Amino acid sequence: MKHLIDPMDLTVEEIDQLIELAGKIIENPDRYREVCKYKKLATLFFEPSTRTRLSFEAAMLDLGGNVLGFSSADSSSAAKGESVADTARVIAGYADIIAMRHPKEGAPFVASQYVDIPVINAGDGGHNHPTQTLTDLLTIKQEKGRLDHLTIGFCGDLKFGRTVHSLIKALSRYEGIQYILISPEELQIPEYLKKEVFEKKGIPYRQVEKMEDVMSELDIIYMTRVQRERFFNEADYIRLKDSYILDPDKLKNAKEDLAILHPLPRVNEISVKVDNDPRACYFKQAKYGKFIRMALIMTMLGVSADED
Amino acid sequence: MKIDSIKNGIVLDHITAGNSMKIYQNLGLDKVDCSVAIIKNVKSEKMGKKDIIKIDDQFEINLDAIGYVDPDVTVCIIEDGKITKKYKVELPKKLVNIAKCRNPRCITSVEQELDHIFVLTDKENQVYRCRYCESKLKR
Repeated sequence: MKHLIDPMDLTVEEIDQLIELAGKIIENPDRYREVCKYKKLATLFFEPSTRTRLSFEAAMLDLGGNVLGFSSADSSSAAKGESVADTARVIAGYADIIAMRHPKEGAPFVASQYVDIPVINAGDGGHNHPTQTLTDLLTIKQEKGRLDHLTIGFCGDLKFGRTVHSLIKALSRYEGIQYILISPEELQIPEYLKKEVFEKKGIPYRQVEKMEDVMSELDIIYMTRVQRERFFNEADYIRLKDSYILDPDKLKNAKEDLAILHPLPRVNEISVKVDNDPRACYFKQAKYGKFIRMALIMTMLGVSADED
Repeated sequence: MKIDSIKNGIVLDHITAGNSMKIYQNLGLDKVDCSVAIIKNVKSEKMGKKDIIKIDDQFEINLDAIGYVDPDVTVCIIEDGKITKKYKVELPKKLVNIAKCRNPRCITSVEQELDHIFVLTDKENQVYRCRYCESKLKR
């Protein structure tokens, strides 16, 4: 694994190895405190993203490495008109690995074509965000103990949500996943995903409008934000908006071991009253994001703890 | 109508009727100095009707630029009035600077020096996707 640009660049074996390593780090983080000593991670964030950037930086610091970089295009040479390729080539002389976020789709791929050090896509516009997908997979593995034979409900904006698309694609390679897609008609998953993933692989899926109708079946519910501006008319928004807010009432019939996931940030789609429910996993999920990034950085730099 | 036969040049045969102008533009034939003949709607036993392009000069042509528009075209190289080479073009696996990505969110929309690259992702339906943003190429 030279670079990580698209979550589907990884084989199932590579994903399983990363998840296994992340699991070991969670169990005994002290063993990994110095494995990246004297290594440097450059976080090149051409658009702000506090969570992802801090998660990458915390991951490198917890491995004993150092971090450098910038957190907006204004504070980088991009403001002077430098190309992504040139910026990447210059930084490659200073760092051992790059994590790049860019508003334009394909920018991290461009960077990866010009440097010898590993490039991790930390989000390129609405396109890919592979470390979020890995975070989601690690969360599912940690919470459910497996990545197969699960019933997963995806709820909210399934049309524009890139995290949902990536996770659906990644999970389609595991056996026995049942998909229940909960969204208003306007925000159903794109046709190409239905054709290229579900229909091509013969994977069954259901589309429903209300989460209450299917809640009792779910092992996992993956929530996303439904934004007012995504609706074609106000009447539909008002009619449907409450259907996509998860609150204790809607959890009444849910399984006791349901895992509630959300890529965050949340606005109001999960009531704060759910936060103390043991089934709420979204803050743990954010924490797992650091561990999977630790595993990823280690793997891409080719370092390991002595006993690994 | 009489089109002189070519002594040294290239003939693009078996072009699906109606595709010749697209191939003419893709190959940049509007910029060459030599004679170029576009013959449209020629009767063909196999195809019903077809287009033909005759180019009265020899130069390296971009086969991908033809294959992308029409993978059934036959290219004939003419030397001293005879066909010395004849081959079928194919649907190219990759297009480099033949088509432009129209996605305004793609990195190629702001970084002008980047090659516009499309990869054939579905041969059956002839679907190409941008190598950078994966947008489907609209023909």
